[in-house]
Amino acid sequence: MNATNADSNDAKAHAPAKSEGKGKRNTRKFKVYREDPSDGKGGEYQEFNVEVEIGMVVLDAITYISQRVDPTLAVRWNCKAARCGSCAAEINGVPKLMCKTRVDTIEGTITVGPMRAFPLVKDLVTDVSSNYETEKLMPEFTPKEGMAVPWKMSEMDVTRSQEFRKCIECFLCQDVCHVIRDHNTNYVGPRHVVKAASLDMHPLDTLDRSKLLTEDDGLGYCNVTKCCQEVCPEHIRITDNAIIPEKERAADNFYDPLVRLFRKVSRSGGARGNNNGNSNGKR
Amino acid sequence: MVEYDRVETDVLIIGMGGAGLRAAIEIIGRGLRVALVSKSLLGKAHTVMAEGGIAASVANVDSKDNWQVHFSDTVAEGVYIGDYRMAEILAKEAPERVYELERYGALFDRTPEGKIMQRAFGGHTYRRLCHVGDKTGLEMIRTLEDKILHTGNSRLLDETVITKLLKRDGRMCGAVGFSLRSGRFITFEYKAVIIATGGLGRIYKVTSNSHETTGDGIAMAFEAGAELRDMEMVQFHPTGMVYPPGVKGLLVTEGVRGEGGMLFNTKGERFMLRYSPEKKDLDARDVVARAIYHEIQNGNGTEHGGVYLDITHKGAAFIRKKLPGMYDQFKEFAGVDITKEKMEVAPTVHYFMGGIKVNPETAGANVDGLFAVGEAASGLHGANRLGGNSLADLLVFGMRAGISAAKYAAATNAIKPDSAEVEAEISRVNSFISGSATPAANPYEIIDSLRDVMSEKVGIIRNERDLGEALRVIGELKQKSKGVSVKGPVRFNQGLLGCIEMEKMLTVAECVVRSALYRKESRGAHTRSDFPKKLKEWKINIICTRSGGSVDLSTEPVPEMPEELSSLIKPEVYE
Repeated sequence: MNATNADSNDAKAHAPAKSEGKGKRNTRKFKVYREDPSDGKGGEYQEFNVEVEIGMVVLDAITYISQRVDPTLAVRWNCKAARCGSCAAEINGVPKLMCKTRVDTIEGTITVGPMRAFPLVKDLVTDVSSNYETEKLMPEFTPKEGMAVPWKMSEMDVTRSQEFRKCIECFLCQDVCHVIRDHNTNYVGPRHVVKAASLDMHPLDTLDRSKLLTEDDGLGYCNVTKCCQEVCPEHIRITDNAIIPEKERAADNFYDPLVRLFRKVSRSGGARGNNNGNSNGKR
Repeated sequence: MVEYDRVETDVLIIGMGGAGLRAAIEIIGRGLRVALVSKSLLGKAHTVMAEGGIAASVANVDSKDNWQVHFSDTVAEGVYIGDYRMAEILAKEAPERVYELERYGALFDRTPEGKIMQRAFGGHTYRRLCHVGDKTGLEMIRTLEDKILHTGNSRLLDETVITKLLKRDGRMCGAVGFSLRSGRFITFEYKAVIIATGGLGRIYKVTSNSHETTGDGIAMAFEAGAELRDMEMVQFHPTGMVYPPGVKGLLVTEGVRGEGGMLFNTKGERFMLRYSPEKKDLDARDVVARAIYHEIQNGNGTEHGGVYLDITHKGAAFIRKKLPGMYDQFKEFAGVDITKEKMEVAPTVHYFMGGIKVNPETAGANVDGLFAVGEAASGLHGANRLGGNSLADLLVFGMRAGISAAKYAAATNAIKPDSAEVEAEISRVNSFISGSATPAANPYEIIDSLRDVMSEKVGIIRNERDLGEALRVIGELKQKSKGVSVKGPVRFNQGLLGCIEMEKMLTVAECVVRSALYRKESRGAHTRSDFPKKLKEWKINIICTRSGGSVDLSTEPVPEMPEELSSLIKPEVYE
């Protein structure tokens, strides 16, 4: 791999020691977003030419630039294996993990910018800390009391929740969500509905977070366009399996007049309805 | 006057992986203040990469399993130089820690009876690894993250780099670092510090480790006077990806073999039957790694320098349920469908058994107020680690380190670090940033040179000449490192981070090489072609201590086990 800053041809870069594999090499043009909000100068795309080899991902090019050409290029990354979810970015405008996007799947210039749904820290790095604040407000796992230990659960029951637990918190689904990007609402976003679903569908959890999602978290604003589901690198069926079931549960348990009547009469209300008062109590 | 932020706390935990988070829960529970720092974001630590499972003898699948067998397996895998008491504690306490994690909300795969499912793994007598597909580490860190986020009493400073630990009157009391996000320097004042920074895989070129695993905590503790133990013991995981080049080294979980996967060479021979007729593909990691190494050396490897791992006979549905991460990883990075095609694999640096020497009961190091846990600590695994024992380690000793640090802090009065030392460290870090447009040396050139020499000269099979050469190169790189500088602000400066990581990596790499030169035998993960036999006189631990600018090496006898424990294990055999 070799790179030059396209603006100054004499910016020398050193090729890594040896080539591995027998991949063909060629030079690709990358346009990388640069902005330091603290200097008030606004942002621009800077061009770099990077020599690439077979199987290379966008993150390889970006870390090469930040380590060998311009160390002031701010980028967040860690595992480089699509397991940690740190390197979320917009590649040619599409929210993706840089470590999971092969260069050879993109034709022409490769444009890399930060996620637009979050405040910019610098260059490709955004401030995603609001997600942790939202997580703090989501009522935590609350099991039934007094169950015999060790607990028993069926494989079929845990599988449903396990889909949501594959989430690597890359926040690409938050980034792509047009409700978050374009509208000023209180919608917490797909990641947090997935979180709620992972807890609500835990076989031994006693809360129901659907009312909270609807009343406090703006779930009603989601008009199920499924954009979040399309960008999820873990292929979680966010809309189909988390958002729609949570919407339906809220409608069934809290807004269906027949169910309300039935619950008044029977005072049992269905397993998940029992503690709906508690879920709000923690907020 | 240098400007910096101050954080006062009872306990500082460096590292937000499984060990750091589990320790924090204990400290918060005792009403003490705790601050956690990590270089990456909360929830991104290397723990997320753990795949196969947590070793705990809950005996849900094989009813004969118990702590005694887990203990015996651990001691044997460590080739009898581990700290027996740590192995005993781990084996006894792991089941309760797993069930506790389940009560925190973790959802494990289940047996048909609805109990926690367990899978087979190399070196374990019974099926023992409690798991969540091949994403057990993710489930662990997310569960602990949730727990921490729902307890109010902690300060979380992620994306923060610690550069130095400070002592006063022989006691740990402070640390200096900076925030990547704000670019501001921070001084920490504490009564106790827990090093939970993980390992140092990134001193090698081909490794399964996250990029932040550069040995920072071990290096800083060493500089502060901590003893390091067993630094020569580097575990090569038998199966890492080999192609394409960008993902070389990425882990292929032992779970593939645990679920029935088999290794083949290019002649189509199932070669493990020859190297290990009894345990076959699931022998200890060092045995399988050496076998693959020899097959490749003997010309039976693929064009990309690997051997084949095949699990296609188990069928697509099974593979996608039990190994979803592997399926995605090969599909997306290599264009290989593992339900239909063989994987290409070769050994990759995976784990460091060595690290900070700790007291088995308290996780305390030899310096007052210093605690260490997880991969940063040493002793539990001896000369080799069983798969699944590291996640168990994080929970068992994470809890213990938290309790001990909390007790220590509660009984200790605070002392302030010397402000002159604080300011000197901040100036030192600032001095890496030069105004010059043409810095003398780039830290990443030095880091890459270090990785090359470690991979080439300090690999699976070692000898005196190669190790001597590695030591010479490290000496040169240390000299060259004095000239590094970078441009720009402190904020998210990859170059400055490189300068800090470079110095930590050079420090720990030197300890690895010096210890490897010192041990003149072959034991566990340490194989010397010039000393191919295991020798009784080397049933000792090698200790590194800082002395002036150099590394002092000494040896210590392995702790002697009491009769009731030694009767549980097979006696050690020498040729």
